[in-house]
Amino acid sequence: MTRLEAGGLHRTCQNIRASILRMAHHGGTPHVAPALSCVELLAGLYYSVLRIDPQHPDSPGRDRFLLSKGHACMAQYATLCERGFFPRHLLDQYAADGAALAEHPSPGCAPGIEAATGSLGHGLSIGAGLALAARLRRQDYRTFVLLSDGECNEGSVWEAAIFARRYQLDNLIAIVDYNKWSAMARTDTFLEPFAAKWEAFGWATAEIDGHNLEAITTALGAPPLEAGRPTAFIAHTVKGKGVSFMENDLEWHYKTPTGPDLERAIAEIEQSASPSLSSRRL
Amino acid sequence: MRNAFIRGLTALAERDDRVALLTGDLGFKIFDDFARRFPGRFINAGVAEANMVGVAAGMAMDGLRPFAYSITPFATLRCFEQIRNDVCYHNLPVTIVGVGGGFAYGPNGPTHHALEDIAVMRTLPNLTVVCPGDPVEAELAVLQIGAQTGPVYLRLGRAGDPVVHQHPPEFRIGSAITLQPGSDCVLISTGGILSVAMEAAGLLRAASVEARVVSMHTVKPLDSATLAQCCAQNVPIFTIEEHSQAGGLGSAIGEWLCEHHVSCSLNLIAASDHFAHRSGSQNFLRAQEGLTAAQVAHRVTSVLEAVAC
Repeated sequence: MTRLEAGGLHRTCQNIRASILRMAHHGGTPHVAPALSCVELLAGLYYSVLRIDPQHPDSPGRDRFLLSKGHACMAQYATLCERGFFPRHLLDQYAADGAALAEHPSPGCAPGIEAATGSLGHGLSIGAGLALAARLRRQDYRTFVLLSDGECNEGSVWEAAIFARRYQLDNLIAIVDYNKWSAMARTDTFLEPFAAKWEAFGWATAEIDGHNLEAITTALGAPPLEAGRPTAFIAHTVKGKGVSFMENDLEWHYKTPTGPDLERAIAEIEQSASPSLSSRRL
Repeated sequence: MRNAFIRGLTALAERDDRVALLTGDLGFKIFDDFARRFPGRFINAGVAEANMVGVAAGMAMDGLRPFAYSITPFATLRCFEQIRNDVCYHNLPVTIVGVGGGFAYGPNGPTHHALEDIAVMRTLPNLTVVCPGDPVEAELAVLQIGAQTGPVYLRLGRAGDPVVHQHPPEFRIGSAITLQPGSDCVLISTGGILSVAMEAAGLLRAASVEARVVSMHTVKPLDSATLAQCCAQNVPIFTIEEHSQAGGLGSAIGEWLCEHHVSCSLNLIAASDHFAHRSGSQNFLRAQEGLTAAQVAHRVTSVLEAVAC
């Protein structure tokens, strides 16, 4: 990705963040901060990494993307909409009674949604199944799964990690949105050494800056990191990224932005300058 | 039933290359032939049932037709949420295979007994619940599952279950099998206890009681037509299941009676509400719960005598 392209994608990220805030506001829903932390990861995936075609969302050869942290689906909905998978009116109806887009995605709720998620610890296993099926059916699509750090408390995540290593699923890529917070606690105090855990489970593992578009697209653009091993990216992020008063404040795992908070948050996002585009590997 | 299952699955896999088998590290030796014939389609998912079911769901999303196999409690209760969310919510053609229904793993203790699986599995939307009555039904069930478009729970016995059907019956998922007619009472059985129901019917015949015997191998959806016929006989109905009384076949038929505003004498013969406290074989544990042929026959005659009074 060139510097110019990264600059354009930064503006896309601003749009996605503004959409998230408006959706949460109109829908009256929580999970703003964990949606904001994975915006660059989703934009990097959908605009640069994934082999997908918004006009043919069910194309058999497409790369699969699973949002295992389903509570961040506002970010995915907004990204899919920006990318042209579906019209904006679907976002406008988000979380309304009878709407297609709910607080956690349901099966086939919109083009581009591969699986229903919401309960944590499910996505990586489904992803491993897709990766295994791709191999059995001799298809070359890759499967990307985005997990939350709090989700890595779930035993099933590590069951999937062992399975993917056992079956050498090097077409499976896990990305952990490591924003350092679960719903009630700081996670790095107990998850560290986090990358070493994935490495110990047999995954080729790298740490990246999960807000640096150039770093994201470069790293995620050429998996596997190592032939014969599944790949894990530990993406360092900030919960609530992009809105100063939401960053690292657990309240915004729960609160819905309204009134002056909403106006200030959107103003901050719209005024944010493009960050340094230097590639940085942590 | 276990061998009948693998025989049926091998035949199915032979003609449908989408069929795959996952096991939670159980089935030593019995899958060797399947694994040799279809190496890529045999997957030992390890002792990790939650992941196994999620993997099966992912495989089904890509068009495969996976069967996920383990001992019943591990195949159903351990990974219930994966079955609910990943398989049933997405309405995927995944078959959950529980081996060892009821007390089949008797000496292994209550951790391995399966007395709750029918109850919990039939709460899941989209899921078809099939409990074959003997090895013949089990093999036919597997072949039928090959044509299902949604998820299935298949509850098997273990090895050495008695063969009840001397000739292959017409087997259709959702259609109960009447093994013999009878005008004095109706015995409706599900799962591997069918042989007990038949044996009890034999004892009853010796006492001049003619029992209709039905294998209700599909607990969800229930066979309404057969149930209506049974109720129309206007004689006591007995449900026989190697399962807790709470939520199993008897409960399901009770719900059906309420829903259809049918009134009849429904008597549930099932395991009571406790864990087995002592070690024991399947037959010993069945006897503890009133589930031997003699006990069933005795229960039936007691009810019939009370009705006659």
